[in-house]
Amino acid sequence: MYDIKHLYEPKTVEEALLLRKEHPEALVLAGGSDILIQIREGKLAGCELISIFALDELRGICIEEDGSLLIRPLSSFTDVVMHPLIKKHMPVLGEAVEQIGGPQIRNIGTIGGNICNGVTSADSAGTLKAYDAILEIASLEGTRTLPYADFNFKPGKVDLRPGEILTGIRIPKASYERTYAHFIKYAMRRAMDIATLSCSVNVRLTDDKKKVERLRIAFGVAAPIPIRAFTAEKNANGHLLNEALISKVAEGALADVMPRTSWRASKEFRLHLVEELARRATITSIEKAGGKING
Amino acid sequence: MARKTVTCTINGAEREYSVDVRSSLSDMLRGQGGLDSIKHGCDVGECGACTVLIDGQPFNSCIYLAIWAEGKTILTLEGLSDKKGAISDIQQAFIDEGAVQCGFCTPGFIMASVPIIMSEEPASRDEIRKQVAGNLCRCTGYDKIINAIEKTQHKRLEEKKTK
Repeated sequence: MYDIKHLYEPKTVEEALLLRKEHPEALVLAGGSDILIQIREGKLAGCELISIFALDELRGICIEEDGSLLIRPLSSFTDVVMHPLIKKHMPVLGEAVEQIGGPQIRNIGTIGGNICNGVTSADSAGTLKAYDAILEIASLEGTRTLPYADFNFKPGKVDLRPGEILTGIRIPKASYERTYAHFIKYAMRRAMDIATLSCSVNVRLTDDKKKVERLRIAFGVAAPIPIRAFTAEKNANGHLLNEALISKVAEGALADVMPRTSWRASKEFRLHLVEELARRATITSIEKAGGKING
Repeated sequence: MARKTVTCTINGAEREYSVDVRSSLSDMLRGQGGLDSIKHGCDVGECGACTVLIDGQPFNSCIYLAIWAEGKTILTLEGLSDKKGAISDIQQAFIDEGAVQCGFCTPGFIMASVPIIMSEEPASRDEIRKQVAGNLCRCTGYDKIINAIEKTQHKRLEEKKTK
């Protein structure tokens, strides 16, 4: 039995929004793989919950009329891994969330929950940041859109106001087309582990495959929240595909991150990982795009 | 605290339980349903000892609210036996391969392996390891468990071929 003060069960998104307005202190329960565990641990014991798990209208992945890829927030990690549209347009997102927990956790954990928890180690966060994801956030007053870049305030604190629920994660067509990506999660174990550090890179090369047209790179656990490394990106854009490019991406990444020491790893080790994962993920992304370093 | 009636199919039979809305699915299945194969191991989704199949996919029943089971089809280890109570091929393989020592993790491992042995596609040992990565065993060292799953998978695929 969970120590829950009250559990609300809306039948529709509208009911859920009304409950969010009436009970601003209640937490939104999606798959529960973080919240239910924190109730067991005592951290959230005695909380009020609004369970949106049964709201199937918040599940699914599709392509919108304007070509953008829309991921509904209750899609489980397994849904994301298996979905043909993800495999076709954004395989790196499936590769990233396939490294979360084990099969049971991937069946219950949701991509919306992953980003709304606002932790820096969220395995989907880096890739969604690196693809300039746009969030759709609904309230009774209507729906607002917000770049995911502006969503995280501080650890565990995101831009969800009283009365609001995340209803969509959108990847614009210009963001995923002709784009090749690679994600690396560094952890002590290959399953059931939290990232010590993670890096998600995507590149678009010029038509002759000689230069970088656009490179985007994001990190998890390299700062209090998931971050993009814009200095690394500036260093890379327009650059020839050579060793100097890889070094400049790594140098730029080091300038942008601010990791800390935790029981998982020291700051120094994390800085080493930032440099090394940036190099490796950049090289693999370029190779996937058909480019050749020093080619 | 509020109670709610949950209607679902458990091991092929429709069941109805009145549950406290704060119950986990493991509380309902083991406590009210008497399905003792479900173990309360860690109770936080780490060990997999409470694994059941919901609509064919493995879930940790300890971090799944009982009320979410409404309308779902649930399979537990008890549902693998035939009508006379004889154990299934995967259970026999766990015995034959020495994949059971203390036995606490065994029901969870077997349920996590059901999607593998039901699949038409053969899984490599690495893929099997990935599919049971959410289950912990402190006795066997895992190799014998992988052997049992691999053996059952091969046997089933062979049987399909000859049919």
